[in-house]
Amino acid sequence: MPKINKDSTLNITFVGIGLCLLCSAIISFIAIQLRSVQENNVVLDMQKKIVSSAGLEKVYGSVENAMSNIKTLIIDLDKGEIVDISPDSYELAKELREEGKYKFLSAEEDIASIKKREKYSKIYIEYKDNEINTLILPVRGYGLWGILYGYLAIEGDFNTVAGLEFYEHKETPGLGAEIDNPKWKAQWKGKKIYQENGEVSLKVIKGNVLETSNNFSYEIDGLSGATLTCNGVSNLIAYWMGNDGFLNFINNLQKIDV
Amino acid sequence: MSKYSEILFRPVFKENPIALQMLGICSALAVTSKLYPTLIMCVALTVTVSLSNFFISMIRNITPSNIRIIVQMTIISSLVILVDQALKAYDYETSKTLSVFVGLIITNCIVMGRAEAFAMQNPPGVSFLDGFGNGLGYSVILIVLGTIRELFGTGTILEYEIFPLVQNGGWYVPNNFFLLPPVSFILIGLIIWALRAWQKDQIEEPEFKMSQNSPEIVPNPPPTPSSKVAS
Repeated sequence: MPKINKDSTLNITFVGIGLCLLCSAIISFIAIQLRSVQENNVVLDMQKKIVSSAGLEKVYGSVENAMSNIKTLIIDLDKGEIVDISPDSYELAKELREEGKYKFLSAEEDIASIKKREKYSKIYIEYKDNEINTLILPVRGYGLWGILYGYLAIEGDFNTVAGLEFYEHKETPGLGAEIDNPKWKAQWKGKKIYQENGEVSLKVIKGNVLETSNNFSYEIDGLSGATLTCNGVSNLIAYWMGNDGFLNFINNLQKIDV
Repeated sequence: MSKYSEILFRPVFKENPIALQMLGICSALAVTSKLYPTLIMCVALTVTVSLSNFFISMIRNITPSNIRIIVQMTIISSLVILVDQALKAYDYETSKTLSVFVGLIITNCIVMGRAEAFAMQNPPGVSFLDGFGNGLGYSVILIVLGTIRELFGTGTILEYEIFPLVQNGGWYVPNNFFLLPPVSFILIGLIIWALRAWQKDQIEEPEFKMSQNSPEIVPNPPPTPSSKVAS
């Protein structure tokens, strides 16, 4: 084998270009091979959160089975009506950037400190025997360090909570991040949202809820050391279950068939 | 045969990349708050450093010396992208938190350090072993850190509850201090101390002598050129 001069300009050019081409070809090939698996992961991950907020993965045995009984809809929050927009391309972050697709909230309106509220929202409905069994609504609100994003699942009477699950937050591990604790989340199931006069009463209180309390079915144990996170959770429930949130839609649901 | 096992195991205790060579400290601080991501990170780094050593060594005879760093970086970053892609495809849950740090393996000094110090002078086979050994050395330290931090920071190991937590009706109040990066610094310091108490030859000659508080000024000896790369 003839000894090549590895420091010649020709060799530098050759090695440089050759290596770049080879590496980029390998990376592109692998990236394309893995893309479908990766995209599938993202979709599955979102579905898992939606389904687990209502505890449906246990009912149906798997996320896929549960999703086959769930219908995704886009609704107009102000009118409380279903709109005919494909839910596939809907992305919350995109809606909040596009002019005319969101509104700014005034200080009195903005209980959950989210600044902007989208015009359209993507919701999920689980059917059982052709009747609405669970309504899964996206909720968000400011906690201590950032916005908490989650899903609130409501049973077919549109008043009883089926579960609450946060999928993104920046709360302190061990304190505010205990909103992910399964024991704490388990309390939400069966609690009521609205008083008989229609007021949103569900909230996280300070300390533990007493069984004898008059408001037993409207209260959730506070997390010690995480008062601001808990207030954030109470606020986001109050906001999204109120007039500015999903109340219009829920009222309409009782009249119309979906 | 003993030559190969020497190359493989030397970096674990005798020339540990973190404890002796002081390389790759940043990721040791960042990813060790839980054990599971730590393990994934160890695998990612070990794969990257072994393969990068292998490929860099393979083309070492045609690599022009004035663009060798760029050539090394190209190979290392390609491997890191591949590892990251694979992680996104096969362990999506972990990749959401770890992806940033996996990307930063490119700048991890262990990988580049081993490429420059070993792979450029040695054939592919032993370079691969050297890379793997350094990956192991890095992993040993990270696993120790990850175990200690998760155990005291959250009372669990691999999410399995070891100390019953107060919020679940037990007695242990998690020490949040252990979840913060500075703890790794302290722990690495302690590990280095322990390691040097055991292997005395790792103690370095001081670069500067402490002078007595005397009226005459003792000039500092010129600093010896150091081959270490700060990470």
